Amino acid sequence: MARVLIRNLNKFYDDVHAVKDVNLEIRDKEFMVLVGPSGCGKTTTLRMVAGLESISSGQVLIGDTVVNELPPMDRDIAMVFQNYALYPHMSVYDNMAFGLKMRNMERGEIAKRVQDAAEILGIGDYLRRKPRQLSGGQRQRVALGRAIVRHPQVFLFDEPLSNLDAKLRVQMRVELKKLHNRLNTTAIYVTHDQVEAMTLGDRVVVMRGGLVQQVGEPLELYNAPVNRFVAGFLGSPAMNFAAVVVRDGDGGLRADNRGFAIDVPPEVGPRLRPYAGRDVILGVRPEDMQVANGSHPPGLCFDAMVEVVERLGAETLLDLQVGDQTMVAAVEPTIGAKPGDKLRFAMRPERLHFFDATSEAAI
Amino acid sequence: MIEGAKWRRWVYFYVPLGVFVLWLLFPFYWMLVTSVRPDRELYRPWMAPNYAPFWTAHPTLVHVTDLLTQTLFIRWMANTLFIALISTLISLFCGLLAGYALSRLKFPFAGSLGTGIFITYLVPQTLLFIPLADIIRNFRLGDSPWALILTYPTFLIPFCTWLLMGYFKAIPRELEECARIDGATRWRAMLYIVFPIALPGILSAGIFAFTLSWNEFIYALVFLSSAEQKTVSVGVTSELVRGDVFYWGQLMAGALLGSVPVAFIYSFFVEHYVAGLTGSVKG
Amino acid sequence: MAVSDIVGQRVFAQAPRRGVTTRLLEDERWLAAVLLLPTVVLLGIFIAYPFVEGVLLSVTDARVGVPGHFVGLQNFILLLNDSIFRVAVWNTFVYTIVATIFKLALGLWLALLLNRNFRGKAFTRAFILLPFIIPTVLSTFAWKWMFDPTFSVINWTLYQLGLIHGRINWLGDPNLALISVIVVNVWRGVPFFAISLLAGLQTINPELQEAAAIDGARPWQRFWHVTWPLLLPVTMVVVLFSVIQTFADFQLVYVLTGGGPANATQLFATYAYQIGIGTGLLSQGAAVSLAMFPFLLIIVVVQLLYIRRVEVH
Repeated sequence: MARVLIRNLNKFYDDVHAVKDVNLEIRDKEFMVLVGPSGCGKTTTLRMVAGLESISSGQVLIGDTVVNELPPMDRDIAMVFQNYALYPHMSVYDNMAFGLKMRNMERGEIAKRVQDAAEILGIGDYLRRKPRQLSGGQRQRVALGRAIVRHPQVFLFDEPLSNLDAKLRVQMRVELKKLHNRLNTTAIYVTHDQVEAMTLGDRVVVMRGGLVQQVGEPLELYNAPVNRFVAGFLGSPAMNFAAVVVRDGDGGLRADNRGFAIDVPPEVGPRLRPYAGRDVILGVRPEDMQVANGSHPPGLCFDAMVEVVERLGAETLLDLQVGDQTMVAAVEPTIGAKPGDKLRFAMRPERLHFFDATSEAAI
Repeated sequence: MIEGAKWRRWVYFYVPLGVFVLWLLFPFYWMLVTSVRPDRELYRPWMAPNYAPFWTAHPTLVHVTDLLTQTLFIRWMANTLFIALISTLISLFCGLLAGYALSRLKFPFAGSLGTGIFITYLVPQTLLFIPLADIIRNFRLGDSPWALILTYPTFLIPFCTWLLMGYFKAIPRELEECARIDGATRWRAMLYIVFPIALPGILSAGIFAFTLSWNEFIYALVFLSSAEQKTVSVGVTSELVRGDVFYWGQLMAGALLGSVPVAFIYSFFVEHYVAGLTGSVKG
Repeated sequence: MAVSDIVGQRVFAQAPRRGVTTRLLEDERWLAAVLLLPTVVLLGIFIAYPFVEGVLLSVTDARVGVPGHFVGLQNFILLLNDSIFRVAVWNTFVYTIVATIFKLALGLWLALLLNRNFRGKAFTRAFILLPFIIPTVLSTFAWKWMFDPTFSVINWTLYQLGLIHGRINWLGDPNLALISVIVVNVWRGVPFFAISLLAGLQTINPELQEAAAIDGARPWQRFWHVTWPLLLPVTMVVVLFSVIQTFADFQLVYVLTGGGPANATQLFATYAYQIGIGTGLLSQGAAVSLAMFPFLLIIVVVQLLYIRRVEVH
């Protein structure tokens, strides 16, 4: 069973506490994505699992073995680097065969494995070439091939798609997913790109400042973020945040803001009651802000002026001036708004998020 | 390009460049002419009439043959070759390992050791030759090539280390990390991945080290006494002067032939040599 | 290629048991120690140990074959009163400073000339390094022959050009000897400066020069305000190496004049050799050699500080 267990993992660089008490379980055959802004500790965590960084305190287990003291070569893992890290002085074949040669595998077996992996990745024609003769995408495949031939227990990915151009990235994302389905091996994938996290991960870990913010399936994190950071990190365009004051209104609570005032949905009411009279942060995703038509309850409507119109074809993004702040709404492409228009908008009540103003935790 | 009239180009560029090249290369031409010039032409005072110094109408190889048959010149060449090769190999070996350690590994005192090696590079041989002569005598290495083979690395290793560090630093760490994950020990990653990629640097360092060894003089002068053991530089200086008489024909032939190996290697590896020179300055 | 083919082939790899050596060499610190050991041993035995020995020797009265007794700073006091030593110190400084200035100026000029593209550039560049590559002693003999008072080709040329009427004793005239020696040193050093500075020049973005030209700067101004400051780091390093080598120079003077005539070209190194090896006064010779050290140290420290300051900017 190739699960990876990370227990109370810490990493100190002199005085900098880069990874703070991380606890994670990556289940067997699971594709787990570590995502977060640069400096959040995701790469450091990955490198500690790989054995490239020493562990300050805590444990890493692969399978049932504590691997803290094991050198990278003995952990039965394979890693794909952001810059592919192909050995420039060796052919593609030798690049892929290197790890197997280091383990004294016999030549026939090596050839078979390399051929198999080359077939899967479609690089069979390049085996004699050197890395400098390959394109970015081809190099990426060789890096993948090098990892595959080892048949490791765990795959580690360190931002492998960051160096590819946008179109190639989308293509490789799909291929990676297909590859994972085929190989069915535990994988830990680090990225700063939330799209990759959402599309590739069986489960996603959001990290910030060395701390794990939330762990869960992508949609779980998207729909029920535990704090403002996770809410704002996933989803593009990002969630809108507004500081509101909770007031007692007639029948329920109202969230008041200089730009708008809306009814607090009844489901949320009880949770928000302790905050009456105080500031909280309201979060609403652009796609949950709709142009008001008659069907929306008036208590959830507000006025806004359109500043910028961005037509993407599949949807239109409207930059709105609401009171003294800006909010973004993602609306149907058929909405014909122009800059300067004053429109009435409504928020979907079941899609509102509230966060404590100081702790930023979800309410 | 210098813009403007053609004469400006001549005055500001071609003439100065020509003068430089002439000045820098003339002595070699002179060496060549002198080595093939017969004695009777050689020892004609410069104020004598009909003195045509820049060429000779009767070139002769007698100096060269005398040099090769009547002196130990060939032996000196062999000595120097042996010493230069072994010293270079030793220095490359030490330099590769030390350069790798200093540029790739984290360990206490790394900084001070690096500085220390740099400082030894700056210690001139003329500062140490007297006490070293004593030490060599105590180790009973006197008058043998080993005296030089063991002491030349003192100025070759710091140079090789420094040069190779520059090359190592340009190799991305991920290559070694990937090798270590693939199954290599640190040692094997160093050997199979880092060193092969640094081959141009190794070549540069080796060539430069070979040239530096060939060129060394004072240690060879002080540590070697018997004629058979001498290197080319020392041999030519001490053995080709009998009494007060300088056998210029043979001397120049010796100087010329003694320069051939180094010039030969240089001609094949000019780029590497220049890289070695500039690498040591920019490093 | 069925998926099952890959999955079925996976061998569960138990972490192999590693020997003590392998585990030791995996640790960064132990590996570093092993890698540095040969170098530290060699340099320790043949630089650190002789240096200490040299210091110890200089405070004794040892001679060849005669072990010495401790005499404190007697040797150094002797040197201070030794007129030849004082001449040697003076000569060494003059030699170093004058030679370095010329090497820098001429080397820079040559580098600027070589920085243009012309036919045969690669060839020229390769050839002009020859003085630096060919063993010093051997090329110095060529100069000695060229300077020979009776047979000098230089004298012949100057005589033919009508510039002189009698003979010039380049190496035998005490007034000329040091100059001649400096000429040979400069000859040997210009290629080193030129090639190193050329490499430095080639790292300077040509757009900077072009921008300055558009701004109206003339060639000399462009050089002084744009090129020279950017060249300074490389220049300082080259000067540092050259100064040390020149200050401690031995080969050139030994071959050309042996330190004469009348100590006109006596330097630290040649004097140390003359006393220590020539006359066998080991301890005094060691003292002369060691006397170089404080000067070298100051030169090195000053230059390193300057380099660091230049690099920071």
